[in-house]
Amino acid sequence: MDFSFFLSAFLRLLPGVPLTLQLAFVSVGLGMVLALILALLRLSRIRPFEWIARVYIFLFRSTPLLVQIFLIYYGLSQFQTVRYSVLWPILRQPYWCAIIALALNTAAYGSEIIRGGLRSVPEGQIEAARACGMSRITVFRRIVLPLAIRQALPAYGNEIILMVKATALASVITMMEITGLAAKLISESYRAVEVFVVAGSIYLIINYVITRVIHLLEYWLTPHLRSVSTPVVIEREDAA
Amino acid sequence: MNDFGLMTVFSFAPGGWGAAMAAASAMTIAVAMAGFIAGAIIGTFGAWAKISGGRIVRSVADGYTTVLRGIPDLLVIYLFYFGSSAVLTPIGRFFGANGFLSLPAFFAGCLAIAIVSGAYHTEVFRGAYQVVALGEIDAAYATGMSRALAFRRIIAPLTLRFALPGLANIWQLVLKESSLISVTGLVEILRQSQIGAGSTKQPFTFFLAAAILYLLISSASGWVLQFAERHFTRGLRRG
Repeated sequence: MDFSFFLSAFLRLLPGVPLTLQLAFVSVGLGMVLALILALLRLSRIRPFEWIARVYIFLFRSTPLLVQIFLIYYGLSQFQTVRYSVLWPILRQPYWCAIIALALNTAAYGSEIIRGGLRSVPEGQIEAARACGMSRITVFRRIVLPLAIRQALPAYGNEIILMVKATALASVITMMEITGLAAKLISESYRAVEVFVVAGSIYLIINYVITRVIHLLEYWLTPHLRSVSTPVVIEREDAA
Repeated sequence: MNDFGLMTVFSFAPGGWGAAMAAASAMTIAVAMAGFIAGAIIGTFGAWAKISGGRIVRSVADGYTTVLRGIPDLLVIYLFYFGSSAVLTPIGRFFGANGFLSLPAFFAGCLAIAIVSGAYHTEVFRGAYQVVALGEIDAAYATGMSRALAFRRIIAPLTLRFALPGLANIWQLVLKESSLISVTGLVEILRQSQIGAGSTKQPFTFFLAAAILYLLISSASGWVLQFAERHFTRGLRRG
């Protein structure tokens, strides 16, 4: 075991962490907004809207993410209109292409999670809110959405971890995040196993931290599910 | 070249890419299938370890599933593709071969998919086993079946039945994951599309064709799996 190599590999890969986190969080954030819109379309009971969402979700869930990344990064440049459009400065950069692809992809999965959350809100709660005189929008904002978020949180946490893993694909379009740096280091040092161990541990640590944070959020959002805390023992001055 | 379109990619006429794309699709299906089956074998042992292993065996299995579900699949593919040469080259040198040896891309890819999907298989099989009613297993022993016979006739079929929806999910995952093997140069759908895109300067058309092929394969196999699920659960009462 050559510890100095592990250490130097760790130091070489560490600069990739910010980019990995950035890719993951920006795309999850954008994807979440799109996911909510898709979920609302899907539940809108308006046929054309429903179908748009359905088709979108079907297309993005049944093709590989790498194909989507390639379609956006390499594919769009095929069209002159894209190359001369105002969006070209963005679509030319691998960074934004990766984020767009990741966001579009996670939106498809996320919308199903959010839809499950929205549908899990008991009808009675909505009725009660309506009976109190809340408008539809207020009901959604104050009752439905918070309950749905709470319900969907564990599944969404999983999706975030999947996204952290998915950012590795950005290395294929030249992004030097953790996996990109790892591949480079492997081809320089021919020590695939050691580099793999180091890069893998970094991902595991990131994902572990995210899991803990999601758990904390869940704990914080579900005070009603906590077992009644053991009553505070008041010191009594028993004469016995 | 102006009228180059999807039709040309799928065309079998001279100048068309149909034959190449068809061969690439067969490669995708082959590598995904081989990886899936090998993963199922790993998953069977993983589930066994988790259900009836001792403390050490269990924690090894737990470690395996936790680690493999927490690191990117691409990293695992790199490990097997590049890592195999680190192991094989010295062995090759020992036997007198000089130069660089590594696993063929197909085997490295299968192995990577198997190791990754094995973690998912483990969880699916474990979950399915827990749904099998204890009474049925007890009944099998009570009628005098040996452990092996009970496993073959009772436990395995029942577990598989309950595992089917989960297995269908894993298959879809594996199918999409197989596209990552293109980084090792194995000519499957995505790699073939890259080749086509490079030589015709029509990247969008080729990657769109790749997306369509994946869509077709996943839809067709989804259909078959749904049919299988309906067939094998016909004995179950629906709630």
